[in-house]
Amino acid sequence: MQITLKELKPGEKAVVAQITGQGAVRRRLFDMGITPGAEIYMRKTAPLGDPIELTVRGYELSLRKAEAEAVLVDKK
Amino acid sequence: MPLRFALAGNPNSGKTTLFNQLTGSTAHVGNWPGVTVERKEGRYRNKQIGEEIQVIDLPGIYSLSPYSPEEIVARNYIIEQNPDVIINIVDATNLERNLYLTTQLLETGRPMVLALNMIDVLEKQKDVLDSALLSKQLGIPVVKISASQNKNIDGLMQAAIKASKEEYTSSSILKDSSLGKALDDVEEILVSLGIAHPLYHAVKLLENDSEVTKSLKLGSRKAEIDEICRVARESCDGGDCEAVIADLRYRFITKNCRPALKAAPRLEALSASDKIDKIITHRIFGLPIFALLMFLVFHMTFTENLFFVTDLPGPGIWLAGIVEGLVEVATNGMAALLETVGASALITGLVIDGIFAGLGAILGFLPLILVLYFFLSILEDSGYMARAAFIMDRLLRKFGLSGKSFVPMIMGFGCSVPAIAATRTLDSEKDRRVTIMLIPFMSCGAKLPIYAVVIPAFFSEGADLVTFGMYMLGIIVAIICGVIFKNTLFKGEAAPFIMELPAYRFPSLKSLGIHLWEKIKGFAIKAGTVLLAATVVIWFLSSFGFVDGGFGMVETNSAESILGYLGNALRFIFVPLGFASGPNGWKAVVAVLTGLVAKEAVLTTMAQLYGVEGDVLEDDGASGVLGVSLAASFGSIPAALAFMAFNLFCVPCMAAVAAISQEMNSRKWLWFTIGFQLVVAWIVAFLIFNIGTLLGF
Repeated sequence: MQITLKELKPGEKAVVAQITGQGAVRRRLFDMGITPGAEIYMRKTAPLGDPIELTVRGYELSLRKAEAEAVLVDKK
Repeated sequence: MPLRFALAGNPNSGKTTLFNQLTGSTAHVGNWPGVTVERKEGRYRNKQIGEEIQVIDLPGIYSLSPYSPEEIVARNYIIEQNPDVIINIVDATNLERNLYLTTQLLETGRPMVLALNMIDVLEKQKDVLDSALLSKQLGIPVVKISASQNKNIDGLMQAAIKASKEEYTSSSILKDSSLGKALDDVEEILVSLGIAHPLYHAVKLLENDSEVTKSLKLGSRKAEIDEICRVARESCDGGDCEAVIADLRYRFITKNCRPALKAAPRLEALSASDKIDKIITHRIFGLPIFALLMFLVFHMTFTENLFFVTDLPGPGIWLAGIVEGLVEVATNGMAALLETVGASALITGLVIDGIFAGLGAILGFLPLILVLYFFLSILEDSGYMARAAFIMDRLLRKFGLSGKSFVPMIMGFGCSVPAIAATRTLDSEKDRRVTIMLIPFMSCGAKLPIYAVVIPAFFSEGADLVTFGMYMLGIIVAIICGVIFKNTLFKGEAAPFIMELPAYRFPSLKSLGIHLWEKIKGFAIKAGTVLLAATVVIWFLSSFGFVDGGFGMVETNSAESILGYLGNALRFIFVPLGFASGPNGWKAVVAVLTGLVAKEAVLTTMAQLYGVEGDVLEDDGASGVLGVSLAASFGSIPAALAFMAFNLFCVPCMAAVAAISQEMNSRKWLWFTIGFQLVVAWIVAFLIFNIGTLLGF
């Protein structure tokens, strides 16, 4: 089932399918290891509900829901 | 020419720690991404190695297509300055993402050595890392080190020296892929055109990274290259070379490099860092913990009733008391000495009323500044600051800032100058400008002494609460201004927020020591130069003037002195703010003016103008006496609060103005910032005085 990273719930895992959008943000996401095929573990959302924290390629990454919306994932 | 070794790697991978070990320098190390914002140079000190070596510490980068200003510093150095060797420092506990940059650095064609850092942490986890396999896969020497424990640093340097003497060519892991042919073709054309770093630029052309490729002079071959790139892009999934190239790099790392690491089975599902994180960034407890930590930091620094035990001073106040005592002894000793040798009134005046009164007054507050800095450093080194950015982002965004503004803002409580430089970690120009303008509203260490003297003079109880209130006032006004900016000057989309959260670390004593030492050193330099000069100048201006048609020494601190004239001339601006009324009002005006040079000078000036001397010291100490004079001068609580508020919000100090000028990189914005801060200072002070007076305080 393909959803956006934003919709992934804490504790769930997914595999990155595609990154929509363009420009610097997209490139930054690639650089940080969010590429098609990368496994993502959704750790939590911040106390105020945004941003989110996830584990990707063995480290912890934080991004806003606005950025997470551009990442399409296949839920495991 | 000495050999130039550049330290390149991801943020927070230990470059600065290694740099300090190599050069014996004491550069600032922290545990949040982006501590190093500018490149630093130093000499490698080892007599056994005959070569002269210059080491360059670069800001951390995640890739060679960076987009924040401090990352561009690093990329440009590597591409334009051609260092003799790149020492690519890699966090061995976070191999996969760190090696991504490595695959890009290989394409620049500089000799390279891979330094596998934090090997001690890896060994503790009982993980095994096969550096020979890694070396074979990447085609470069690999050396295991631990920068923090100074392990195998010399071995790394020997490998780097060896690498600098060998032939080296660029290579790319993309060559074995489906894009290999196109890459070869473009590279060949670039070589024939004599373009530097042909392989690196060929990759950039395929990625369609116009930021980098627009400056290339391709001439008549442009069409040819465009065609190759077009065909290559079409062969990529969805016509998207950029995604394919990033994917190929990570795929290479997963396939060829990951096998080098044999991770020991973890006994527990959660690491210590995970457990700490679970509590600290907890949905419900996260914010209260944040508030509690901030409260503790300020409580430890300022309270006279530690943990609410009456008259038990916190570490800050306790140390300050000791230093004040020492200053008193030194001043009395000096006065006695001058009397014995029969020094003239002029000399005694200069030394005792000028230098000792001036510098002594600030010295007493150095402990407060250091204690505050000590606790902030612990938070920074442990990795908490990055979590604070994570927790606060949502809120800060409402005020036109970013979570990443949070760390520079907090640093502002120590000193605005490094805080303003730290805004380079922000990706968007808009966020940077707002953050720079608002940082000086955070009460810095030099503003603290003003509060510490003025507040006790007016509030016999709850002085620490009022001090806390001044800090809060700065924050609240910053928030209001942030909201105004967001809806006027800086309208539009929020910039992206993509940030690594580093693993928690136990702060090292050495690193904390370095932080404090830096602070003391900075203070000593300032005291010995700017402040010393200021105290002498102020003493002169306050002791000389025109009387009876001639120029000469007048009664010190009288309205006849030059300062008296100056203060009285500018008084009209400050009269609506309350603190410039009364016969001594001009003194407060002069204090504000000298504060524009350095905020420490506000207190020095007041100590001199209100004539606090060593021999009039009683049990209360110099600050107590000064406080009594101030109470008489200001007259009312609202006037005193307005005075503090004006000093808090008006232009911070010369050093900060220089930093603002450099970071804004625009005259227009510099003047706008200065004007903005003066206007805010006046308005806030005006409101405090008049509303306070209306309410009958």
